[in-house]
Amino acid sequence: MKKKKSNIGRHANNNRNGYFFVAPYAIVFVIFILIPVILAVILSFTNFNAIQWPSWVGFLNYITLITSDEVFMQYVLPNTVIYAVVVGIGGYILSFVLAWALCNLTKIPRTIFALILYSPSMTTGVAMTVLWKVIFSGDQTGLLNSWLMELGIINEPIIWLVATKYLLPIVIVIGLWSSMGVGFLSMIAGILNSDESLYEAAAIDGVKNRFQEMIYITIPQMKPQMLFAAVMAIVGAFQNGLVSTLLTGNPSPGYAAQLIVNHIEDYGFLRYEMGYAAAVSVVLLLIVQLFSRAANSLFSEKDEF
Amino acid sequence: MAYKGKRINPQKFERSQIKIIILILPLVIFMAMPLIFIANHAFKPMEELFAFPPTFFVRNATMDNFTKLIKFSRTAGIPLSRYVFNSIIVTVLTVGLSLLFTTCAAFALAKIKFKGRNLMMQINQIALMFVAVAVLIPRYLVVCQLGMIDSIWAHILPLVAYPVALFLVKQFVEQVPDSLIEAAYMDGATDMQVYWKLILPMIKPAIATASILVFQQVWTNMETSNYYINADNMKTLTFYMNTLVNANNTVSGQGIAAAATLIMFVPNLVLFIILQNSVMNTMAHSGIK
Repeated sequence: MKKKKSNIGRHANNNRNGYFFVAPYAIVFVIFILIPVILAVILSFTNFNAIQWPSWVGFLNYITLITSDEVFMQYVLPNTVIYAVVVGIGGYILSFVLAWALCNLTKIPRTIFALILYSPSMTTGVAMTVLWKVIFSGDQTGLLNSWLMELGIINEPIIWLVATKYLLPIVIVIGLWSSMGVGFLSMIAGILNSDESLYEAAAIDGVKNRFQEMIYITIPQMKPQMLFAAVMAIVGAFQNGLVSTLLTGNPSPGYAAQLIVNHIEDYGFLRYEMGYAAAVSVVLLLIVQLFSRAANSLFSEKDEF
Repeated sequence: MAYKGKRINPQKFERSQIKIIILILPLVIFMAMPLIFIANHAFKPMEELFAFPPTFFVRNATMDNFTKLIKFSRTAGIPLSRYVFNSIIVTVLTVGLSLLFTTCAAFALAKIKFKGRNLMMQINQIALMFVAVAVLIPRYLVVCQLGMIDSIWAHILPLVAYPVALFLVKQFVEQVPDSLIEAAYMDGATDMQVYWKLILPMIKPAIATASILVFQQVWTNMETSNYYINADNMKTLTFYMNTLVNANNTVSGQGIAAAATLIMFVPNLVLFIILQNSVMNTMAHSGIK
């Protein structure tokens, strides 16, 4: 046993056992994540109806998407941008503010509040459909209608889930409600672990209030957590879409709450235009990458100005 | 009085904390309300479900909705127990396999030097941004090609590799001091022994966190039942509960649907409460550098 071929440290720079340990994960990763992504890219250049062999069409799907898909340009893209800004960025800022507020409390109330705020994200939309249907029910037996009428804000029940005006806001509120996920927990941990002596030093150096403390001390110290949370927020904001399908069907009335994910589902599984759906998927993956890059340059520790 | 600084993570209660509690309390209540409502709704007897104006809290709690839920499943061809069985098998196998694969890979990526390691870490970092719904169709094609349609593996394998879990565990393994590992090698330990006897016991919080994250992915997953499974007796509890929710669109069915929702939600919550300390411990190392 004293052969000692393997060694981390400085000696062995190419320990073959590494491959052995990575292999199981890597194989599953390649089969179910990498290959599907590559396939999506290839399919996006084809016309594919799931029955016949795909035929090569070059950039046609992308050209159609940009130039003549009116639903995409008029509804899906604006809806997705609005949703991503409010739920992604809004939810992100909200999680930070809440995380910061919680960190100013003692352990027990902090844990209880964090649990309450985090628990909606465990529901992932699907399971909660019945709940939203009861709350947003269109007649006066709906909880929200009943409350608003009692308060005298409205006189007649609003048909929440059919009125195009309210669909997107409803989906956004649900999105925000469930946006305090892993990123939120990461931020709490980041704030709690910031170096305490820095706060004392800052107070001596003239930091006057909690807001300044947050901007100058807390955030710079937890940039890595801020970045992780940002990536989680971006992914969360773009992959949601199930809720609107479950509440209103796909497509939603007047495409009012149609998000990019619903558009993919619409073309892929309802119209069987899989090549086109794949092109939309690739665009989605690219958008997520782009936003994550932006977050990266905002919080990365490597290239400070 | 001058500003004192250092108010993060206070050890005892101070007057100034009341201000913060008052500020965030409305929001916390808003966030909690839907969950409180569903919990109440599930125990409402028929007349309260029909009540007008609708009530928020339950007055005379009953188990009616739960017994109806079980009765309802008897009328269908497949008993509820079959779905429960499927879900448990799928969840246990997915979480188990995922933990095994993830911790192995995390150990290698964090502590073993080999060619291609940095590339792999970068790929996983990019994969954090992976949006599973975007590749629903090609994933379906892959599952088809592998002949896994209608097999239990179609539920399991697509969810085993979860980049966020690998990332978090890897970050945690990096905290294990190199000196400890080198000492173990000095004593003649193999890589396998180091992994099993040294690394695994030291990264328990990260394992707990990864198991929660993977559990949440598989427990509430509908995708696999919807797209990869045609045979009804191979589908999972989540799928069945969701058909219940959709089939019972009437007011009387709402109670059953709420009960179903509650049953799906509670395991999640309990698991998180049990493991929350470990989760927070892991999250401290969650930063992307």
